[in-house]
Amino acid sequence: MQERLKELQTEALEKIAQAADLKELNDIRVSYLGKKGPITEVLKGMGKLTAEERPKMGALANEVRDAISSGIEEKHKQLEAAAVEAKLAGETIDVTLPGRPMKTGHRHPLTNVIEEIEDLFIGMGYTVEEGPEVEKDYYNFEALNLPKGHPARDMQDSFYITEEFLLRTHTSPVQARTMEKHKGKGPVKIICPGKVYRRDNDDATHSHQFMQIEGLVIDENIRMTDLKGTLQVFAKKMFGEDREIRLRPSFFPFTEPSVEMDISCKICSGKGCSVCKKTGWIEILGAGMVHPNVLEMAGFDSKKYTGFAFGMGPERIAMLKYGVDDIRHFYTNDVRFLQQFSIHE
Amino acid sequence: MYVSYKWLQDYVDLTGVSPDELAEKITKSGIEVEGVETLNEGISGVVVGYVLEREKHPDADKLNKCQVDIGAGEPVQIICGAPNVDKGQKVAVATVGAVLPGNFKIKKAKLRGEVSNGMICSLQELGFESKLVAKEYSEGIYVFPEDTEIGTNALDQLFRDDQVLELGLTPNRADCQSMLGVAYEVGAILGREVKLPQTEVKTGTEKAADYIKVTVDAKEDNPLYVAKVIKNVTIKPSPLWMQARLTAAGIRPHNNVVDITNYILIEYGQPLHAFDYDRLGSKEIVVRRAADGEEMLTLDNAKRKLTADHLVITNGQVPVALAGVMGGANSEVQANTTTVLLESAYFTGGTIRKSSKDHGLRSEASSRYEKGVDPHRARPAAERAAQLLAEYAGGEVLEGSVEADHLSVEPAVVSVDINKINRLLGTELSVQQAADILNRLQFSTSVDGGELTVTVPTRRGDITIEEDLIEEVGRLYGYDNLATTLPIGSSTPGHLSDYQKKRRMVRGFLEGAGLYQAVTYSLTSEEKSLQFAMEARTPIKLAMPMSEERSILRLSIIPHLLEVLKYNAARQNDSLAIYETGSVFLSTDEGDLPEEKEHLSAAVTGLWETHPWQGEKKPVDFFVLKGILEGLFSKLGILDSIEFRKLEKEGMHPGRTAEVLLAGISIGFVGQIHPKVEKELDLKETYVFELSLKAILAEEVAPLKYEAIPRYPSITRDIALVVDKTTTAGELSTIIKDAGGKLLKDVNVFDLYEGDRMEPGKKSIAFSLKYFDPERTLTDEDIVKAHDKVLDAVKEKAGAVLRG
Repeated sequence: MQERLKELQTEALEKIAQAADLKELNDIRVSYLGKKGPITEVLKGMGKLTAEERPKMGALANEVRDAISSGIEEKHKQLEAAAVEAKLAGETIDVTLPGRPMKTGHRHPLTNVIEEIEDLFIGMGYTVEEGPEVEKDYYNFEALNLPKGHPARDMQDSFYITEEFLLRTHTSPVQARTMEKHKGKGPVKIICPGKVYRRDNDDATHSHQFMQIEGLVIDENIRMTDLKGTLQVFAKKMFGEDREIRLRPSFFPFTEPSVEMDISCKICSGKGCSVCKKTGWIEILGAGMVHPNVLEMAGFDSKKYTGFAFGMGPERIAMLKYGVDDIRHFYTNDVRFLQQFSIHE
Repeated sequence: MYVSYKWLQDYVDLTGVSPDELAEKITKSGIEVEGVETLNEGISGVVVGYVLEREKHPDADKLNKCQVDIGAGEPVQIICGAPNVDKGQKVAVATVGAVLPGNFKIKKAKLRGEVSNGMICSLQELGFESKLVAKEYSEGIYVFPEDTEIGTNALDQLFRDDQVLELGLTPNRADCQSMLGVAYEVGAILGREVKLPQTEVKTGTEKAADYIKVTVDAKEDNPLYVAKVIKNVTIKPSPLWMQARLTAAGIRPHNNVVDITNYILIEYGQPLHAFDYDRLGSKEIVVRRAADGEEMLTLDNAKRKLTADHLVITNGQVPVALAGVMGGANSEVQANTTTVLLESAYFTGGTIRKSSKDHGLRSEASSRYEKGVDPHRARPAAERAAQLLAEYAGGEVLEGSVEADHLSVEPAVVSVDINKINRLLGTELSVQQAADILNRLQFSTSVDGGELTVTVPTRRGDITIEEDLIEEVGRLYGYDNLATTLPIGSSTPGHLSDYQKKRRMVRGFLEGAGLYQAVTYSLTSEEKSLQFAMEARTPIKLAMPMSEERSILRLSIIPHLLEVLKYNAARQNDSLAIYETGSVFLSTDEGDLPEEKEHLSAAVTGLWETHPWQGEKKPVDFFVLKGILEGLFSKLGILDSIEFRKLEKEGMHPGRTAEVLLAGISIGFVGQIHPKVEKELDLKETYVFELSLKAILAEEVAPLKYEAIPRYPSITRDIALVVDKTTTAGELSTIIKDAGGKLLKDVNVFDLYEGDRMEPGKKSIAFSLKYFDPERTLTDEDIVKAHDKVLDAVKEKAGAVLRG
C-alpha cells in the first residue's frame, strides 16, 4: 500500500511535469486528487491495516496528496506565466514608430519679445498701459512737444485720416494720455506696447506697420543715472549678463537730454564685425529725460517732477535676438517661420 | 554731413587723434558717426603719366594705343578705350602690379594683339562716386593740370590721402552742417582751440553800391540779405585741393565760381548764390513773395509754377532765383561770365521748406535753411567767398557790401542752477566744472553762487532752455561717467490688468489647442474691408494711402487670416490653424476718434488631426472650432451664458454658421467660409470665428468657490427622441433642462441618427440625462417623477416621440 502511494506520487509528478497547458494540468488534478482518484482508491484499503499502521498510512497519504497538489500549484504558476508571456509576445509593438502628433501652436515671436519685456518691467514695478491706434494729432505730436510745423515731424511721415486724426506713429501718445490721467501727481511707472504706423515702403528693414514698446517713469527725483541703471538691468536681462551698454547723445523732441542706447555686440564681443558695422556696438533704443514742455502740457509741475522715457522696436530686438534678416517675415506669417519659435527658451 | 579729416585740421589740431578715434569720440559725445571712409583704400600703384603718343589701335576702332611716360624707365605702351585720351595729357596710370578698388589687379595684357602695360584710369575707376565726377570727365579718363609732376602718386595729387567721417545729424544739430560747426564740436570734445579762417579781402575803388541796389519786401522771410560784386572773374576749374574737398563733402565740382560758393556752403554752412551780373537784366535785387501763377525757369531747366507761398529773388521785374532753393536759368553763371553778383542771405526755415517741398527740390542750400543756419554767418561767409573769388577766379572785389538788414537775432542767454544740473543728471559737479564744459563749446558763462548764466552763440539755435544746457554739460562730461542707479522713492506694484492677464490666458489656450498666433496688418483694401465685418460701418480711409491694398482700416481680422492661409497653402502647407488678437476700427460720428475694438479671430483649414501610419486623417469641421470656443468660454467661466444660434452671413456657408451670443447679446460668429470664397482663395474646407475679445474678457465672473465632492451616486438615464429634422439639439436640450427640475444636473447628446431607417423628415437624437441630489441617494421613484416630466415636455413642446 505504501509502495502504491509512492508509485502514484511519482507517476503524478511526472505527468504534472509534462503537462502542456492549464487544462491538462486540471485533468491531472482531478484524476489524482479527485474523490474517485487512485489515492482515494488506495485509502479504501485502510481497513485492512492495523491500528498502528493506520495513522502512519494516513499521514503518508496526506504527504502524497500535498506533494501532488504543490506540484500542480507550481506547474500552474509556470504555465500561467508562460501563457501571459505568450500573450504579451503577441502584443509587441514597434516602439520606434512615431507617436500620435499632438497639435501645438505657438505665440508669435513679436509677442514673445513683448511679453518678455513686459514681465521684466512688471518685476520692476511698472504697469502695462495701452491706447488707441488711431490717435489725435494732439496726443501723437503736440502733447509731445511737436507742434504743427515742427521740423521733426518730417522724421515721421504719417498716415493721416483727417487733419486731426492719424495712425499713431509711436506709442508715446499712450504716455501722454496716461500722464494726463494722473492729473499732475506722481509716481507714474508704465510700459506701453503696441502697433504703430509710418508711411514707409515695406522692404527688408522697413515696415509700414510695426511694434513699439515705450516706458515712462515720472517722480519727484528721477535722475539720468536712474535711466542708465534701468536700461542696464533691461539690457543684461534681455541680451545677457555679459552685455555692456553705452548711452550716446541723440535728439527726440519729447526728451532733453536725449540718448540712444547701444549694447556691446554679442557676435564679436565689441571687436567689430559686420552685424555691428565694425563699431562693436548695436543700437537698441532711444531714451531721455522727459522734456519739461511734455511734463507741463500733461499737467505736471516740471520744477517738482522729473522723469525718463525710453522706446524700442520689438521687431529690431527679435531680429537681433533670433537673427531674422527681413522684417516682413513678422507679418507674412509663413508657418515655416512661425514654427521656429515654438521652442520654449 | 561728410567731414574730411584733413580739411577739419585747418580749424582744429587733430594731432594724436586718428580718424577712427575721432569718430568714436564724436559719437559718444554728441553726433553719431555712421561711417569712416578711407578715400584711397585698396588702391596702389597709380601714378601720374604723360601721354607721349597716341594712335588708333590697328585692329580696334574704339581703342587707342598710347606711349606713356610714367616717370620711371622707358615709356610704356598702354591700350586705352577712353574717347578723350590724347597726346600731351597728364593722366592717372595704373601700372602693372597696381591694385584698384574691388581688389582689381592690373596685369600686363594683350588687347587685340597689342601689348598693354597698365591702364589709364577714370576717376570712377579710382573709387570716385560717379555723381561726384566733374561732368567733363564723367565719360572718360581724368586729365591732370599741366603742371602736375610725372611719376608722382596720382591719388596724392588728387588729395585722396584722406578719410571722411559721415555724421548722422539729428534735427537739433543743424550747426554741424558746416566744417566750422563740426570744428567747434570737435574743439569742445578734445578741449582744443578752434582756428577760424583768416579773411582778408583787397577791394577795388569801385563801390558795390554803385552796381546794385537791394530791397527786401518779405522781411520776415528774409531778415538779412548781403550782396557783393566781384568783377573781372575768369571762369575755369577750381584748384584741385578745393575740388577734392568738395568731392569729399559729397559735392560735384563745376567751375571756380560755383565751387567757391559751395566751398563756403560747406565751410560756413551758409548757402551762397552767384548771379551773372550782366545777365541779371537790371541793377537791383528785390526779394519778395511770388505772385500766384508767376513762373520761372530754374537752372535745372524746369519751369516752376509759383504761388504766394514761395519766396523769390527778382531783378525788380522777374524772378532770378527761387530763394534758398535754386537759382534761375536766366542769371546763371556761364563760361563767359565776368562779373559776379554774390548773394549771402539769411532766409527763415519755414518759407524755404515750403518751396522745397512744393517743387520737390531739395538742395544742399535748402536743407540747411530748413534746419536753420546761423544768421550771423551771412556777412563773414560773403567776405570769405569774395576773398576766394579774388584768389582763384582772378576777380576784383568791389568795395563794400550792399545789405538789406532787418535782423534782430541776439545770442540767447540761459541760466541754470548747478543743483538742477546735478538733480537731473544724477551727478555731483561743481558749478565751475559745469562752466568749464560750456566754455569748451565757446559759450561765455558767468557764475553767481550756484547759478550759471550762459550766453549761447547764435550758431547753436537749438539751445533755449536750461535742460538744453544740462544736455550739453552731460554729454561732454560723458554719459560713460554717469553712475547707474535705480529710481528711489515711492514704490509701485507692477502688474498686468485683469484684461491683459486674461488675454494672455486666451492666447495660451488657443496655442495649446494647436493654433499659431499670427500678426497681420491693420490696413487693407476697400474690397476686403467689407468682408466678414461683425458690424456694418463706413470704412475708415486714409487721406493719403501708399497703395489701394493698404488704404482702409480693417473692420474684420478674418480676411487677413485667410490671406495668411492662402499664402501658406500656396507653399505646400494647406492644413493650418491660426489665430490673431487685434483691433478693428469702426467709424463713429464725425469729429470723434473711431471706435477701436479688440477682436479675437481664428481660421483653420485642411486636416485637423492626422496620424498617418494609423491611417487617420480628420479634416477640420464646425465642431472643432465650436469645441475650442466652448473650451475657451468654460475657461473664462462664461460657458453657461453662451448660446450658439444659426446665422446667415455674407461670405459664410449658409448652413454651417452660428452666431455666438453672450447673455443674449451677439458677440461674434463661427462657421465655415462660403465654398465660393474657399474656391477663390484655393483653400480646402476652412472654418473661422471672430469674437469681440473685450466682450468675453470683460464679463464679470463669480469668484471661485469650492463645492463639496458628491457623497451620493448620480443616476443616468438615456433617451432617444425622434423629432423633425428641423428641430435642433439646442432646442431639445433647453426643453429637457427646463423640465428636469433641480435634480437634473447634466444633459448631453450622445447619438445622432438621420439614416435610412428613419421616416422621411425625421431624425433621432439621443440624450444622456444625469440626475443627482447632493443630500441623499435618489430612489427610483424620484427619478421616474423627474424623468416623466422631461418626456412629457419634449413630447408636448417638440413633438418628440421616444424611439423604441
